[in-house]
Amino acid sequence: MSTIPQGLPPVAELVDGRPDQDQAGLSHLVEGDELDLSHNVILYLEGITVSFDGFKALNKLALTIDAGELRCIIGPNGAGKTTMMDVITGKTRPDRGKAFFGQTLDLTRMSEPEIAHAGIGRKFQKPTIFENHSVFDNLELAMKIDKRVRRSLFSAIDDETRDRIADTLTQIRLQDAADRPAGLLSHGQKQWLEIGMLLMQDPRLLLLDEPVAGMTDDETARTGELFKSLAGKHSLVVVEHDMAFIEQLGGTVTVLHEGSVLAEGDLATVQNDQRVIEVYLGR
Amino acid sequence: MKPIFLALLLWLFTLPTFAALDRAVVTQLGDEDSDVKIAAIQKLAQSAEPEALGILQALVDGTLQGADGEAITINNRVRREIDGALAALKLFHPDRKIRLAAAKELTVNLANEADPGMAPMLARARDKETDDKVKAAIAQAYALATLKHADAAVRLTAVKALAGSGDPNIKLLLLAMTDPANESEVTVRRAAIAAHAEVKSRLALGETVGRIFSGLSLGSILLLAALGLAITYGVMGVINMAHGELLMIGAYATYFMQAQFRTYLPGWLDWYVLAAIPLAFAAAAAVGVLLERTVIRWLYGRPLETLLATWGLSLILIQAARVLFGAQNVEVANPSWMSGGIELMPSIVLPLNRIVIVGFALFVLALVWVLMNRTRLGLFVRAVTQNRAMAGCVGVPTAQIDSVAFALGAGIAGLGGVALSQIANVGPDMGQGYIVDSFMVVVLGGVGQLAGAVWAALGLGVVSKFLEGWAGAVIAKIVVLVFIIMFIQKRPQGLFALKGRFVES
Amino acid sequence: MRTPFVVRFFSATSTKGWLALAAFAVLTLVLLPLLHLAVAPDHPLHVSAYVIAVGGKIMCYAIVAVAMDLIWGYAGILSLGHGVFFALGGYAFGQYLMRQIGRDGAYHADLPDFMVFLDWKSLPWYWFGSDSFGIALFKVVAIPALLALVFGFFAFRSRIKGVYFSIITQAMTYAFMLLFFRNETGFGGNNGFTDFKRIAGLPITAPEMRVALFALSALMLMFTLLLGRYLVSSKFGRVLTAIRDAESRVMFIGYNPLHYKLFIWTVSAMLCGIAGALYVPQVGIINPGEMSPANSIEIAIWVAVGGRATLIGPVIGAAIVNLSKSFFTQAFPDYWLFFLGALFVLVTLYLPDGVVGLWKRLRQKAGRT
Repeated sequence: MSTIPQGLPPVAELVDGRPDQDQAGLSHLVEGDELDLSHNVILYLEGITVSFDGFKALNKLALTIDAGELRCIIGPNGAGKTTMMDVITGKTRPDRGKAFFGQTLDLTRMSEPEIAHAGIGRKFQKPTIFENHSVFDNLELAMKIDKRVRRSLFSAIDDETRDRIADTLTQIRLQDAADRPAGLLSHGQKQWLEIGMLLMQDPRLLLLDEPVAGMTDDETARTGELFKSLAGKHSLVVVEHDMAFIEQLGGTVTVLHEGSVLAEGDLATVQNDQRVIEVYLGR
Repeated sequence: MKPIFLALLLWLFTLPTFAALDRAVVTQLGDEDSDVKIAAIQKLAQSAEPEALGILQALVDGTLQGADGEAITINNRVRREIDGALAALKLFHPDRKIRLAAAKELTVNLANEADPGMAPMLARARDKETDDKVKAAIAQAYALATLKHADAAVRLTAVKALAGSGDPNIKLLLLAMTDPANESEVTVRRAAIAAHAEVKSRLALGETVGRIFSGLSLGSILLLAALGLAITYGVMGVINMAHGELLMIGAYATYFMQAQFRTYLPGWLDWYVLAAIPLAFAAAAAVGVLLERTVIRWLYGRPLETLLATWGLSLILIQAARVLFGAQNVEVANPSWMSGGIELMPSIVLPLNRIVIVGFALFVLALVWVLMNRTRLGLFVRAVTQNRAMAGCVGVPTAQIDSVAFALGAGIAGLGGVALSQIANVGPDMGQGYIVDSFMVVVLGGVGQLAGAVWAALGLGVVSKFLEGWAGAVIAKIVVLVFIIMFIQKRPQGLFALKGRFVES
Repeated sequence: MRTPFVVRFFSATSTKGWLALAAFAVLTLVLLPLLHLAVAPDHPLHVSAYVIAVGGKIMCYAIVAVAMDLIWGYAGILSLGHGVFFALGGYAFGQYLMRQIGRDGAYHADLPDFMVFLDWKSLPWYWFGSDSFGIALFKVVAIPALLALVFGFFAFRSRIKGVYFSIITQAMTYAFMLLFFRNETGFGGNNGFTDFKRIAGLPITAPEMRVALFALSALMLMFTLLLGRYLVSSKFGRVLTAIRDAESRVMFIGYNPLHYKLFIWTVSAMLCGIAGALYVPQVGIINPGEMSPANSIEIAIWVAVGGRATLIGPVIGAAIVNLSKSFFTQAFPDYWLFFLGALFVLVTLYLPDGVVGLWKRLRQKAGRT
């Protein structure tokens, strides 16, 4: 961050999050099935502005993702990619702007669990999994199911759940590691596990922040195949630096720069755009 | 009767200026009947002879002997009478300071109990007085003495004169005079109502000023405690639960320095506090570095464990203080230049020691600000606070910075201990109460924010003192706590929050 | 086919666990009571009243320790306020015990002695129902639960975490201690409640009553362990540890951590309240000293010494620390704080998994060689 405080230095965030929202209950629990896709648009961002002490991380960002689309987002460091994901998933509230999931769900008024429940899954830049839980438990926790306390107290795993977990384990090639603590997996395997958790969530929209970082070429290729197979049924937004991977994915590419969209189009068009070249090569 | 008389005479003849006094009156001081004694005292007082001062002083001190060679005993009624008489005699003393003090004392006494007999003497004193300030003070006393005068015009003048007072007792007297049962004349009652309102508003103002001041002084102590905590917390992200004990070490260092001065430099005793400042800083800083090197460093990244371990350290430090200095509180005296106070009003005195502490806190604050913003060390400390890994990458020696920052934070706590020793009890447990309060300051101000800490400390101090005035200390504490919890609901990052995209931990 | 809940509740505990519990039950419910009541005092096998008293006390502490472990060990939330829940349970039951004194107090009045002393004419409203055993039991659970619910709701909703939460709970503890020290609060001020005479009309000092309280404490401890085992092995427990390890991930897969934290926090507070209610009649006194911040933080060290995120660890830790305390305060009173302080430091530095972790490591080593 480029904020330099007056006086004593700041310390790591102690109390994070935003308390102003009603987090008391998932009162307006929204099922993914209720998503209104009448105009074939799954995500609609308009005029999103987020500033940190005067620094504009996002500046009137406008972005539309169609249902079933696979969109790649690129941009230099500090372009606002992660902040954009924070806004979509409810982690950061925008100062201004609209963010809608489908036609009706206002993301700026929902908490993280509500948004996740509504059908947006997110994979972090650094794989975050439950290191002390087994791979199996990781997937079970992520599974799309009633996630309230009462259910968790009294529910037992049924056969249907086991089958789904087994399917996903095969899909992410971790069938032999089901009982291993997730913390013992290799970096690439952790990335896969996190993707697996996302699949268990069965989200309508997947946000993937550098999903192939730290993967071997082979793993990367397989991940690309997986994503392409998911597109159509799900919508995907992939943030990546790996151009070969983006080329493999195909689809529309959006270039972010200084918090707003600089260019949009297929990879070749974008790569030949004069402004994009300037941004990437320096001015 | 006769032997007493003789002895008195004998004693009185030893006084060189005896001749000016009425012998008969003086001998009556030895009478066994208190009423006779009182009458004699009143006569002596009205004589306005400076010599009477010595005799009455001797009587009140118990050194005036009767004929049997034993001291004349007096009861409380007589003693009170003598006090009044002495004050009256002092009103004519050549020394201006004595006259002023006497006028003030008389005002207090007269406000407690009206004594119309004093009025003529006060009038004489007032007319004779040349100093304006003393004259005004005597005029107040005169007004009090004539408040119950038979003549309504005199009472009216007295009431009007008292409107300029700031004494709670006078406020009560004036209030009584607004009641038709006590005051028959309507004009006097009206004047009393006006005067009462004036005194009341002056008292309220004085009370507010007094509370703000005691709040500021509490805030200064909180600030001194919280500054150190903010630095150590800022740099290492850990709560040092032994921070209160670093205050204690500073206070004991002050005690130690006082003892050294008493033994070796008694003539310089007044300046022991100045000598204690570097010692307290060094002692607390040394203990702080020791804690950091032996325990806290090894718990990096485990803040909850650090909290528990430092709590253990605080227990050890408390018990060590008990073993070294005893479990009882030790006595630390204010030097003479910090004793006393500035009187704003009869009811409001700002103690000098608290004024000095407010100044001291500002001084330390300025020092910390300069250190943090104008030196290379401060730059390093701020760098480590913001991003430890990156600071390490660009060559900041993070491990050393940890130690230095800890020493600095601990040393400032030691300075807080010096200040605390001047207004609070010094004992092994003294630090325990401060850790929660100083952490509240850090929470409220926003972590790592110097300006935030200042506002939070002073604000908490003043608010606490006002609440204490209305609801008592315990309720005040609870209300402040509830307020802070509510505040965090609204602004989780404190008053002066930093915003930004923080690394997900 | 779904397994009935009761079966699942009890099957959460392993066979080994059940054997250990059975042994513990035989010891505390049969053996020790018999050796105390039925064996003559001069017989070498006689168990003294002191052992029963200390044993009962430590079992109450062990319940608190397990409750603390559920919130700290499994959910990663270090509470420095559990002493308040414990004391509130104790005070709630203490109200009933005070009323049971009847007119046998020093003033032979209907009101408790301290109220007579304060010249109060009637019971304050919050003493409502204090003469009923049933209402007393209800309050023992409900009052700590209510406080935990309200405090936890605001704290967790604000996402107060880590040391912030710990310090806020310590501030709460401090405020409660000050509040209960006041005479006007209506809980006996400095002296608290003492000089209890009976429970449900039966004399409180009778050996049979002592043994009954001892056995009840043992039963409650066993129930706490069973409940704890069920909770941590259920999906709820897995979500809880997931929150401890990666809270944001838990949120982004659709769980609301607020509810999970609030639930375990409140359950933990209720267990503490029950432990406090069992503790007070056994030690015969409750005063605001129980609410001192030092007491609450000591609970954490019981858990740390025994071993966090295990259920047997806190029980062992509570026993070790409190037996040491009895020993030191009698033999070397000046050194107890040094010992306790050193325990805090050494356990956090060198025994992060506590005694249970050490035992596991030693066994692994032995298994390898």
